[in-house]
This record gives sequence, structure tokens and C-alpha cells, in this order.
Amino acid sequence: MTDHHHSQDLGTTPWDVLTVLVLAAAAAGYAVALVASRRRSPWPTHRTALWYLGLACAAAALGPVASAARTSFTAHMLGHVLLGMLAPLLLVLAAPVTLLLRALPVDRARTVTGILRSPWARVVSHPVTASLLNAGGLWLLYTTELFHHAHASALLGLAVHAHVLLAGGLFTASLVGPDSRLHPVSLRVRAAVLVVFVATHSVLAKWLYAHPPPGVGTQDGRAGAQLMYYGGDMVDVTLMVLLAADWYRVTGRRSGVRAGSIVPTVGETTSRRGADRTEGATDDRARAPAPTGEAARRPRHRRIQRHRLRDRP
Amino acid sequence: MPAAAPTGRSPGDPASPPDDTDRRTVLSGFLFGCGIAASMIDLLVFHLGLQWHHFYDLSTTEVALAADGVLHAVGWFITVWSLFLLADVRRRAEVVWRRWTGAVLAGVGAFQLFDGVIDHKVLGIHQIRYGVDLLPYDAVWIGSALVILVAGVLVLRHARPVPAGG
Repeated sequence: MTDHHHSQDLGTTPWDVLTVLVLAAAAAGYAVALVASRRRSPWPTHRTALWYLGLACAAAALGPVASAARTSFTAHMLGHVLLGMLAPLLLVLAAPVTLLLRALPVDRARTVTGILRSPWARVVSHPVTASLLNAGGLWLLYTTELFHHAHASALLGLAVHAHVLLAGGLFTASLVGPDSRLHPVSLRVRAAVLVVFVATHSVLAKWLYAHPPPGVGTQDGRAGAQLMYYGGDMVDVTLMVLLAADWYRVTGRRSGVRAGSIVPTVGETTSRRGADRTEGATDDRARAPAPTGEAARRPRHRRIQRHRLRDRP
Repeated sequence: MPAAAPTGRSPGDPASPPDDTDRRTVLSGFLFGCGIAASMIDLLVFHLGLQWHHFYDLSTTEVALAADGVLHAVGWFITVWSLFLLADVRRRAEVVWRRWTGAVLAGVGAFQLFDGVIDHKVLGIHQIRYGVDLLPYDAVWIGSALVILVAGVLVLRHARPVPAGG
């Protein structure tokens, strides 16, 4: 614990100033992009809210939580969940790359997509690479001397924080979010990577429960490990919901296309509609919620439904 | 993902679409049952409620710890995904809820049986309770798992769709 107390005396360093500047630039940059793209179609308000909420999470993790983390492993883990998992998720859902492409003039936007689609960028942003960078960083931090050194040196601490946030963001963006469509990876691969990552994260949390880093007390270590496990679960389950929602959207779109080939001719369809009504088979549809943003796809699914109801013995 | 696979449907084969719907209903229920047994029943009842289980009893081998981690991740994944699968069935056709419920029971029973035999006894990841004679606990655990599994299978059989053309 003595090492931790020493590191409390670091005071404000140039690296703290740099952290504040980077966060401020991220906040201002999003606002500038919003202004630059104001003539395009309206940008969803919730995305803007998610961006600033994400930055607030990161700021909380880097400011008060990071200070408390010098003496408390539990606070350190709160910082890990906020900076490495929750903030990346919120920032990725704010679709910064999509906003950037809208804000830039066409030729510059093409340059950006060119960079994003380069072989190098594809390899780095592939879910497998991103999860290795993310989980690998965590294993290094908690199973080597790095944890100890990162708390003693402001520069190394900043580098670790930057890696945690960026690797978390890269990992999240490779799995879900509007920007992930720039270079799509199959759902199977993304699901497999997510499951392996969640398994790794939970194994690491249980391992830390038994082997807290040097200088961390037993109770503090156990509380921190459980925070890592359950806090991580909350973010990870959200990722699973977003991924499954992606599957739901894609499979709906695909069946819509397939239904086009199996739905019979117009005359037959109309006669079946009449048959449905007389059979009283419309209960299910009557309970269906009012059409929302998905209204455009609904008619196709209803067509499938009619087709199947008729075919039922 | 398995649900990406359904093919072979054609307008000339009237039995095919309901069969597929039924298969997906049962798959969704079974996965949901396994998923809630793996991710929620253990957490809510035994960790937080009765507090018989510990977060980690420190006696586990590394292989068992890794297996536990994979089980944990897969448990949450199938819980979430099975509900989206159910939503997908529901937007295409009527869901036969008895069929789905039977599959959920079968899933819970199957997972509890797996947990009671493989996790507790073979791998020894953790025990049901500590500092007590385990035999009655194991017997009740495995017995109740069998009862739930059999109940689920019976409900499934009872709610079986009428064969096409019959």
C-alpha cells in the first residue's frame, strides 16, 4: 500500500492537462461536425446525447475515480468498467465516424473511407484483432508488474488509460453500432468473438478474486473482482442484445426478400386475405403494436404470415 | 447461428413452413430455458437469495475455471438470442405458447441436470452448499432437474402440432 500513497503526491501533471484537452477536443469536435452537417438530414438527438454521456463517463473514470484508484482497487475496477466498457459503448453508439463522413466535403469523406477500408485498418478493426488488443491489454495489466508501475508513473498511467479506452472502443465498434457497417464482418464471427471475450473477462475477474495485484488487500481485491465481473456482465449483455438485434434486423430483411419469391400471385393473395378474415385467424395481428419505424418492413412479414396460415392443416 | 439456416421452403410443400416455425419455437424455448438456468437461477436463487454459493470458492482448477467462464458467457448469449429468435417467430406466424413453455421447462431441466452432474460432480467447479453433507442436496438437485425435464417433455408432446395432411 505504501507505493500507492507515494503516487498520491503526483499532483497535477502535464499529462492531466493533456487528458482534459483531449476530452474537450472530442466534445467540441462532435459539436463542430453537427454544425457542419446541419444541412443534411436531421441527426438523431439520442446519438448526440450518447456522445456526451460517453465523454462524461470517461471524464469521471479519468478524474475522481482515477484519483481514488490510487488507494482502492475497487475504485480502480469501477474506472475499468467505466473507461474500458461503458464509455466505449456509449461513444460507439453515437456513430462518430458516420457523423464525420456527413460533415466532411465529399472528396475528404472519400479519403476517410479509403483509409477505413485499407487492408491495415481492416485487420486492426477486425473483431478478432480488436478483442485480442482489448483482452490482451487487460491480461498484461493485471498479471504483470504493469499494474504497479502504471500507478507510480503518470505517463505510463496515461498510456494505460488511453489503451483501455481506445481498445475498448475498437472492440465495441467491431461488433455493434452504426459505424460497424463500414466493413461488415459476419454475425457468426462477431457472436463467437463476443462469447469468447465475455468468457475471458469473467475468468480474469475470478482469477483476480483469488490473486489480487501486489499491494491490494484481500477484501478490496475481492470487492474489485466482483465489480469487474458483474459490472462487465451488464455492459456485455447490452452488447449481446445489440448484436442479436442486428441479427433480427438482418434476418427480417432477408426473409422479406425470400418471401417475395414464395408469395403467390396477386389474385391468389387477395382471395386468401378474405379467407383469413372468415377463419378468424387475425387475432395475432390485431394484437400487434402500431407500426413504428419498422412500418416499411411489416407488410412483407404479414404476407409471410398469411401464406403460412393458409397452408396450415 | 443456427436460425440463419432455414431453407428448403417451397409453396408446393404445405407442411414445410409450420414445421420450421415449430422447430424454431422449440429451439427458442429450449435455449431460453438453458440460458435462464445458467445465467439467472444460479445467480438469483443460490448466490443472492440463499447465499449457498460463493462468487468463487478458490478451490477450482484452471480448466474448470475456464469452463465456467465459457458456460457463463454462453448462458447469457443464448438467453438474449433465444428471445430475439422468439420475436422472429412471432413476427412471421402465431407462436404456440404451450410448445414454447414445454421447451423452456425441458431446457431448465436439462441444464440443471448438466450442472448437477458435470459441473458439481465431474468438474467440481463448485458445490451446492458448503459445510454440510452433500448427498441429500445432490439428490434433490438432480431429482428436481429430472422432474422438470420430464414435465417439459410431456408438455412438449402434448402440444405437438397435428401432422400435416392428417
